[in-house]
Amino acid sequence: MIFDFIEILFTAGFWAATIRIACPLIFATLGELICERSGVLNLGIEGIMSIGAMVGWMAVYQGAGLYSGILAAAFVGAIFGLIHAIFSVYLGASQHVTGIGVTMLASSLGFFSFKLILPYSTTPPKIEPFQPLDIPLLSDIPFFGEALFQHTPFTYLALASVIIIFWLINSTPFGLSIKMAGENPMALEAQGIDVLFVRSVAVILGSALMAVGGAYLTMSAFDAFYFGMVNGRGWIAIALVIFATWKPERALLGALLFAGLDAYQVRAQQLAGAVVPYQFFLMMPFFLSIIAMIIAAKKTRYPKALLIPFRRGERH
Amino acid sequence: MADFRLEQRDFISRRLAFFAPMGAVIFSFLVASVLILLAGVSPLESYYKLFIGAFGSKNAIAETLARATPIILTGLAAAIAFRAKFWNIGAEGQLYAGALAVTFFGTGLIQLPNFLMIPFLFLVGALAGGLLLLPLVLLRNYYKVDEVVTTLLTNFIVVLLVGYLLEGPWKDPMSLGWPQGASVIDEGVLPQILPRTRLHLGFIISIFTAITIWLIMSRTILGYKIKAVGINPSASHHAGIPVIRTIIIVALLSGGMAGMAGVTETAGLKGYLTLDLSPGFGYAGIAVAMLANLNPIGIIVSGTFLASIYVGADAMSRAMNVPTYLADVIVALTVLFVLLSIVIIQYRIVFGEKRS
Repeated sequence: MIFDFIEILFTAGFWAATIRIACPLIFATLGELICERSGVLNLGIEGIMSIGAMVGWMAVYQGAGLYSGILAAAFVGAIFGLIHAIFSVYLGASQHVTGIGVTMLASSLGFFSFKLILPYSTTPPKIEPFQPLDIPLLSDIPFFGEALFQHTPFTYLALASVIIIFWLINSTPFGLSIKMAGENPMALEAQGIDVLFVRSVAVILGSALMAVGGAYLTMSAFDAFYFGMVNGRGWIAIALVIFATWKPERALLGALLFAGLDAYQVRAQQLAGAVVPYQFFLMMPFFLSIIAMIIAAKKTRYPKALLIPFRRGERH
Repeated sequence: MADFRLEQRDFISRRLAFFAPMGAVIFSFLVASVLILLAGVSPLESYYKLFIGAFGSKNAIAETLARATPIILTGLAAAIAFRAKFWNIGAEGQLYAGALAVTFFGTGLIQLPNFLMIPFLFLVGALAGGLLLLPLVLLRNYYKVDEVVTTLLTNFIVVLLVGYLLEGPWKDPMSLGWPQGASVIDEGVLPQILPRTRLHLGFIISIFTAITIWLIMSRTILGYKIKAVGINPSASHHAGIPVIRTIIIVALLSGGMAGMAGVTETAGLKGYLTLDLSPGFGYAGIAVAMLANLNPIGIIVSGTFLASIYVGADAMSRAMNVPTYLADVIVALTVLFVLLSIVIIQYRIVFGEKRS
């Protein structure tokens, strides 16, 4: 019996599922990470993921290609990032309240438009989502082929975005500006760089990534849009950013760890039967997020200027 | 990028501060009317239907006030916490915690005459809401774990717990398959205050709670401490205010009032616990608190106003075929426009020239 529970870890299906479940979290965590590195907490994440899920799906349902769907989601995410930036960066309003407002606006607008466009659908209509794309040769490797190289293109995009964001933050002048905007904005301004502009671009880019994470749910993981399907993933991503100590590579690790536990519990549940009610398994990610934050809290060093609005010509 | 900066106003116009929230509401309705146009109907007619739906008859008014009851309480929960810069976004979970306490104690376990039973239910409901928040405020104070995220995450945990209890051990066998809890005993049910409507005693209790919180905030040392901690925690500490203890008291009060909202819904409106007890009352409280500029008396007004939008939107949706989610859009827009108005009240936007 115990042996069966350990055996789960040695099935390729478990690892493939882990990567699949991690993808929306990877996009969302990277998006939040960019915002926070620049000094802006983006609580709009939950709503932006939700409207991203709706827009990506709806674009494809209305006849657009799958990749256009991703772009549409990213574009709408960017718009909500712009709204967030106008309030939190340019007007220096409370980042907490701005984020809650953006989440409320994005999710309610998403639901409103869905109902407006498809008023009478009772069973959620479906699209043809992304299909698995076997990487030639690599996908034939026993075990690893199935675990790593038989995913949808959207999944490969998630993994690639980790590398791209890692490179952007650590190896480009713009990445350096983002980090300085979050650590020491006065110094950045002294260099003649517009802090407000840098922060706004970071929030817009980050929000676009969040929306793409939402779109993964409706275009790769599932094939339909449901109300409330984001189901707290945005808030979990915020906890993951803290757990990852604001580093993209650790964000990947954290997302995989979470997804792995999720994939494992589904399989363990099937083995164990209905001994433990399913609601307790669904609670796990939320408990784990809180525990992860407690573990990270002791050694955590927040970006120094996080939550502090920057005003030109004002000393801090 | 446009070249501008914000310059702090030397003194804040009281008239501007008073009218700004109304401006925010008007702008929200203007922006939302674009969405109604997209739905292909007339905004004016839709808003008329909304108004009639909320205030057009005795029954409509009673329904609006009944809906306002939990929203006023969650609004107070948000206001007192935000005043101390303690970001409790967990009113939704605390509301359900209060509802769970009512179901545990109020469906037969404890039997008291109604003049004791009703206060007892409010007490246990408030305690449940406060106690749910207590570990999170301790984590914030002693481990620096951000309360925004932990309170949001806890909402999901509590709702799942309610789902488990209602589908499992607490499911009412008489409910014909619907997941709902056992009925609150007659002595615990909040009496109607307007015959043949759903308006119940909870509304009066929410008004009294608002007045009590206003008295605490404006007339007591505790209120002064809460405001001081919110404005500048380190200065408060140096002035001898026990910052951590004050924030714990704020958290207990805040969670307690959200828990009371769970009591009004379980023992007042429905009579039993359901999975859809709260369609986001916890989050609506944030909007209500912002709209009232965190003023407890103002929350009575803004809470009733928001409730009228929700109630009226149902009628408007039926008559005009505009999705009810319009109400949520209007509320969300209100939050953002209020935020904008706060900036305009405090700052002057100066374009162009650099400061000399």
